[in-house]
Amino acid sequence: MKKLINAPDKVVDEALAGMAAAHPDLIRIESPNIVVRKDAPRKGKVGIISGGGSGHEPMHGGFVGLGMLDAAAPGAVFTSPVPDQMLAATKAVNGGAGVLHIVKNYTGDVMNFDLASELAQGEGIEVASVVIADDVAVKDSLYTAGRRGVGGTVLAEKIVGGAAEGGADLATAKALVEKVQDNVRSMGMALTSCTVPAAGKPTFEIADDEMEIGIGIHGEPGRQRMKLASADEITEMLATPILDDGPFSKGDSVLVFVNGMGGTPLIELYVVFNKLAAILKDRGMTIGRSLVGNYITSLEMAGCSITLLKLDDELTRHWDAPVRTAALRWGI
Amino acid sequence: MPITVDQLARFVELFAERLAAEKENLTRLDSAIGDADHGINMDRGFQAVLGKLPEISSDSAGGLFKGVGMTLVSTVGGASGPLYGTFFLRAGGALGDTTDVTAEQLAAALRAGLEGVIQRGKAELDDKTMVDALSPAVDAFDRSLDGSLPNALAAAASAAAAGRDRVTPLVARKGRASYLGERSAGHQDPGATSTTIMIEALRDALQPGA
Repeated sequence: MKKLINAPDKVVDEALAGMAAAHPDLIRIESPNIVVRKDAPRKGKVGIISGGGSGHEPMHGGFVGLGMLDAAAPGAVFTSPVPDQMLAATKAVNGGAGVLHIVKNYTGDVMNFDLASELAQGEGIEVASVVIADDVAVKDSLYTAGRRGVGGTVLAEKIVGGAAEGGADLATAKALVEKVQDNVRSMGMALTSCTVPAAGKPTFEIADDEMEIGIGIHGEPGRQRMKLASADEITEMLATPILDDGPFSKGDSVLVFVNGMGGTPLIELYVVFNKLAAILKDRGMTIGRSLVGNYITSLEMAGCSITLLKLDDELTRHWDAPVRTAALRWGI
Repeated sequence: MPITVDQLARFVELFAERLAAEKENLTRLDSAIGDADHGINMDRGFQAVLGKLPEISSDSAGGLFKGVGMTLVSTVGGASGPLYGTFFLRAGGALGDTTDVTAEQLAAALRAGLEGVIQRGKAELDDKTMVDALSPAVDAFDRSLDGSLPNALAAAASAAAAGRDRVTPLVARKGRASYLGERSAGHQDPGATSTTIMIEALRDALQPGA
């Protein structure tokens, strides 16, 4: 293992301390390991929180700030946080208008958020939850854990954050995240594995001429191991299932999000975007908004994911609303 | 002869020791079909339990198990934290203020723990989860209660191991392994493996003279 760390069991704590030192104008770190917007709680504003394992930076801590999240609960690397963290985050951001939990659909995340929600409601805080499940690589079925929450989470957090900043109430905020969930689809691929610091070796072995299609964001293997293909072919392999599964049709305006998994340079993400733009043009769709970069990562994994969100005026307006966080900033 | 609270504390210690010893093996199993953290998380949780054992040690069996459960929920995260935490919380609830636990009371506690795990994780038999080891173990323990406690515990441990191995060829339908679809078949389930370690620790800690 070759990593820029001091000790595997100190990575999360030291990174959070580093974030607090780097962005004191945006956030503060509170016990037990939560990232809280500096001026939280804001009276009368719906609190928006999310959480999940560490190793996906900048998600979620990098999205805490004006116009996005009010708090984030980071767990150990690739491990959902504990209910104590979500409970503390919920209390820290409760301005009297209720708190929305944005939960990625993983067995552990859902269970730990459920526990936290029960505890917070027991303390008299109104809590609503939405589970994001946008990964078309996973077969959706009543008999499985269901689709994973991946890139759509970033878009949902930005959009609902913009709405909450503008005064949306809890029911409206929840409905907005559900609207994003209904209109967003994602799929990812990996060129390499990644190494969880505490494990010390790569999660899976993969040859130089192979790739994994349909990966999640935890270094888990995907649905299929294949021989490495060109960027154009890979973009087709990701875009086609998304477009076939989602509510996309000719004439639609879409938000196009090409995300790096952590170890792929931007230049390659733009190669992917180039092909994706051609595919969308062929299908008669327009690129309403775009986001390109490393926003929901899997440590140092090389690879990318594609997320498409069908836009309307409401979603576009909240996407464009001012945001000021460590990782996303515009309009302000 | 009833089971003492000290013996149950010894079970918790023994489970913690074996999780520490099996940490890498559990993580290796989880790398194949999950996200490579099961051994790390279970060990972190049970090291926290060991650290708190003087604090959570209680005069009652229920108090001890509830303390273990709360510690796991607060330290493990992932799916294992809520699931093992719920197992101990529910088992502790069933044991209540008892100080000398009968075999029947232990059976009821294990059954309550199993039901809690099923409720929390919504897993069924053959989903390829810890339930596939825990459920047959609890059934076997119930069936063997007529005989001696050591025999019933031995039957439970054998049933757990058999359940763990029985689902290896299956396709996982719950947890992260379910994302692999057919590719999960043929891999031993990490959760069923740690549950088997737990039942074996219970068997060994409650042996006469252990």
